[in-house]
Amino acid sequence: MIKLKVNGNNQQFDGDPEMPLLWYLRDEIDLKGTKFGCGMGLCGACTVHINGQPMRSCSTPMSAAANKAVTTIEGLSADGTHPVQVVWQELDVPQCGYCQAGQIMSACALLAKTPKPTDAQIDSAMNGNLCRCGTYLRIRAAIHKAAEMTASNKAAKPATKASRVGASLLPNKK
Amino acid sequence: MKKTNVTNTNIGRRSFLQVTALAGGGLMLGLYPKIAVAQGPPQAALNPTDFIRIAPNGIVTLTSRNTEIGQNIYNTLAMLIAEELDVDWKDVRLVRPDAHPKYGNQFTGGSSGTPGNWDAMRQVGAAGRQMFIAAAAQTWGVAVAECTTASGRVMHTASNRSASYGELAAKAVTMPVPELRSVKLKDAKDYKIIGTSTISADTKDILTGKPIFGIDVTVPGMLYAVMQRTPVLGGKAVSANLDAIKAMKGVKHAFIIEGRPLASDYPNYLFQDPGFESGVAIVADSWWAAQSAREKLEVKWDAGKWGTQDSAENAKKAVELSKQAAMRTLRKDGDVDPVFSRASVPNDGIKTVEANYTIPFIAHGTMEPQNCTAHFKDGKLEVWSTSQIPQPGRTATAQLLGLKESDVTVHMVRGGGGFGRRAYNDIMLDAAWISKQINAPVKLLWSREDDMQHDYYRCGGFQFMKGAVDKDGKLVAWHDHFVAYGEGNNFAHDGGFQPGEFPARFVPNYRVQSSVMGLGLKTGALRAPYSNSTAWVIQSFLDELAHAAGKDPLQFRLDLLAGTPLPLGQREQGLNAERMTGVLKLVAEKSGWGQRKLPKGKAQGVAFHFSHRGYFAEVAEVTVLANKKIKVNKVWVAADVGSHIINPSSAETQVQGAVIDGLSEMMQEITLKNGAVVQSNYHQHPWLKMSQAPPIEVHFLKTNNPPTGMGEPALPPILPAVCNAIFTATGERIRTLPITKQGFSFA
Repeated sequence: MIKLKVNGNNQQFDGDPEMPLLWYLRDEIDLKGTKFGCGMGLCGACTVHINGQPMRSCSTPMSAAANKAVTTIEGLSADGTHPVQVVWQELDVPQCGYCQAGQIMSACALLAKTPKPTDAQIDSAMNGNLCRCGTYLRIRAAIHKAAEMTASNKAAKPATKASRVGASLLPNKK
Repeated sequence: MKKTNVTNTNIGRRSFLQVTALAGGGLMLGLYPKIAVAQGPPQAALNPTDFIRIAPNGIVTLTSRNTEIGQNIYNTLAMLIAEELDVDWKDVRLVRPDAHPKYGNQFTGGSSGTPGNWDAMRQVGAAGRQMFIAAAAQTWGVAVAECTTASGRVMHTASNRSASYGELAAKAVTMPVPELRSVKLKDAKDYKIIGTSTISADTKDILTGKPIFGIDVTVPGMLYAVMQRTPVLGGKAVSANLDAIKAMKGVKHAFIIEGRPLASDYPNYLFQDPGFESGVAIVADSWWAAQSAREKLEVKWDAGKWGTQDSAENAKKAVELSKQAAMRTLRKDGDVDPVFSRASVPNDGIKTVEANYTIPFIAHGTMEPQNCTAHFKDGKLEVWSTSQIPQPGRTATAQLLGLKESDVTVHMVRGGGGFGRRAYNDIMLDAAWISKQINAPVKLLWSREDDMQHDYYRCGGFQFMKGAVDKDGKLVAWHDHFVAYGEGNNFAHDGGFQPGEFPARFVPNYRVQSSVMGLGLKTGALRAPYSNSTAWVIQSFLDELAHAAGKDPLQFRLDLLAGTPLPLGQREQGLNAERMTGVLKLVAEKSGWGQRKLPKGKAQGVAFHFSHRGYFAEVAEVTVLANKKIKVNKVWVAADVGSHIINPSSAETQVQGAVIDGLSEMMQEITLKNGAVVQSNYHQHPWLKMSQAPPIEVHFLKTNNPPTGMGEPALPPILPAVCNAIFTATGERIRTLPITKQGFSFA
C-alpha cells in the first residue's frame, strides 16, 4: 500500500508500484490537469511538484512517490489566483495550452527557489519544458512579471508561513 | 477505480432564440477549391439561431464552429458574430458545437478560418441584430429604421424607449430571418471588438487544469485502448499472442484489426481516405494496463510491398532521376537552355549557378498525442474528437461502421495542437471500430511513439536547381527539376509543387519540371504545407543567385518584384508583387537591413513567401559560433494579412510561434528503414527549447484587402532567412535539412 499526499489530501494506492505517477493522477484520482506528452521525461508536459521539486510524473513510478507530497496544477490555487496563473492569463500566454500546466509548475518551482530569476536562470529551469506552439517569449515575460508581482506583494505585507509548495507565491489573504 | 468526471461537450438545447423556419438563400463559402470539393454538396444556409443564444440576464452564448487547436479561432469567430450582433464582449460566453452540416463549413486548416468566416460570421451576427430590432420595432409600433442598438440593447431615441436583447428574445424568434448576404454590416470605424486583444475563453480552464482536451474526455464505464499498428504502410497483422495478452492484469480484450486495403498507393488521404490500417488492439481497465500489456505483445506481420523501403536508397534514386529527362514539365516560360549555354561564351556576362536541395520528411508531433473517445451503443455512435475536419470524420466513421450518418454524433473537443495532423480522421475510425467490437465506451490513446511513427508526414523531396544572372545582375533564367514522391501524374499528398510559385512570372526564362518515385508512407498537411519546404528552396536559391550577381539580396528581390509579371496559368496561384514589396520594404526598415556593420560571424538574412493568402517577409540575424553553433539573435517579421488584425494578441503570438516552429523544423527529420519510421520520440525529432528562442518583432502592414489567416504563412520564410544569414556569416550554404547534416546546430 502506497500512501501519499496529493494537493494536501491523503491518498492510498494499492496497484502496480511501477505505474508512473502521471497515470495515477489522471486516471485513478481524476486530476486531468497534468498532461501526457512523451512518456520519457523529454517534454515536461507532465511536470508536478514532489516535495517541492519539479518532477516529470510520466517517468516517476508510484513507488517513488510513496510518503511524498505531490502538488499538481489543480493544487496551485482553488480558482486560478496564484500569481503565476494570473500573469499567464494577463499576458495571454497559451496557444494550444497543452504544455502549460507543466510550464506553470516548472515556473512556480523556479520562483519558489529564485524569486527574481535572470533570463539565464529562466532558460536553465524551463529548458526541459517544450512548447510545440512556441509560446516561450510570453512564458519568459510572464515569469519576470510574476516575480515582480510577488516581490511587490511581499513588500506590501510580510509573507505568511508557506503551507505547501508554491504557497509562498500565493497572494496574501486577509 | 474512481470515475466521476463526465465531460459534457454537448450543447444544451435551451435555445432562447429559436425560429422554426428559415427564410433566405444559401450561403456558400468560397474557400480553396479542394475544400469546396471536400465538403461535397453546397452548404446549407446558416441559421443565426444555431449560433446565438441570449439569456434573460443578457448573457450571450455564441457557438464557435471551428476546431480550436491553439490558433484562438474559438474567440475569433465569436468576436465576428458579437461585433455585428452589437453586444459587449464581457457578456459573451462560448460553446463548441457538434460536427453538423447545419453549421456550414467546419473545416479547420489552410489558415482558412479567418477568410472563410470573415463575411459569414459577421453576417450571422448582423442578421441576429436585425431580428432584435424587428422585434423591438414591432413591439413599440415604430419604424425599424428609427431603432439603433448598442451593448445588447435596442433603442428608440425619439420615444426614449429601450429594451435588452434578453427581454426581446421571445419576440425576436418570431421575426423572419434576413437573407444573410443582404444584411448591412458595420462600418469598420465603428468596431468595438474586432481589433481588440481578447483572451481565449478556454484560457482560465487551461491554467487551472480543467479537463478540456481530447485526452481528458471521460465517459462512464469507459475502457482504455492502445493499438499496435502495422509499422509498414500497407502491412498486415497476421497473428499475435492474443491469449497471453488477454490473461494479463487489467486486460479485457485483445484482437487483430484487419484494416482495409488502401484505395491506392497514393490516395488523397485528406477528406477522402483517412486510412483504416491493420494492427492489434488491446483494451484494458486503465491505459497503463493496456500499454504495459503491449510490452509483451508479439505480432507476426506481413510487411507487404513496402517492407524494404529505405531513405538512403530513395536519395540515391533521386539523384539517378535527376540525371534523366524529367517526366513532366509543370510550367515553362521562354527557354532556359539557350541562356545556360551562353555561360561558356566569353565576355557574354552570363553566370550560372547549380545547386541541389534535399528536403526531409518531418512529423507533426502535436504535444497532445492522437486520441479519440468513442461510445457505440444500440446501433448508434457517439464520438469525442479533436478533428480539424469533423464532418468528413463523421461521414467516414458512419461508412466504416455501416451506420446512418444521423446515428453518429461527433462532439468537438479542444485539441492540444494540430498543425494539420488532426486533419486526418484515422484515429476516429480506429476508436469507433474498437468501441463497436467491444460494445463499450473506449478511449483510444496513442503513445508518443505511436504518434511519431504513424503520422501523415510533411513530404520530403529533392530539388535540382539551375539559374542564370546576366552582366547587369538580372535574373534571366530559372530551372528546377523537382524529384518528388508519387506515381504517374500524382504527387504524394501535399508533396507537390505549385507551378505559379514565385519567381514564376518574374523571370523571362523559367522552367519547373518534375519526376516522381514510389513512396510507402502517408504524407499530408503540416503547417503551411508545401510552402514550408518550397520557400526554403526557392528563397535560398534566390539568395545564391543574388550573391552570384553581386547584388544585395534584399535589393535583388525588390528588383525582381518590380518587373511586369507574366500571366498565371489555369489553377495556378501567384503573389501580388505590390503587396510583397510592401512587406519587404517594411522588414528592411524595421530590421535596419544594411544599416549596421556586423562583425565577422554575425549576419542578417532575408526571405519572403506568399502562402495561405498572406504576405510575409522576414529578416533573421544570426551569430555563428565555434563548432558551427548557431545563435539566432533576433527575427523581424513584416506581414500583410489584409485590412484588420482581428485579435492583435493572438496574431502576434501565432507569428512568433510559427517562426519558432520553423526554426524547429531545421533540426528535424523522419527516415525510413525496412519500411518503418526510425524516429520514435522527441529526442530524435527535437523542437526548439526556450533558451534557443530568439526575440521576434512582428509588424503588420494593413492594406485594403479582406483579412486572411494567421496560422501558417509566417512559417515558411524563417528557414531560408536563417540559412541566408548563415551563408553571409560563414560562406557555407545549407542545401540539406536538417542543418545537422552539414554540421550545424542551434546553440
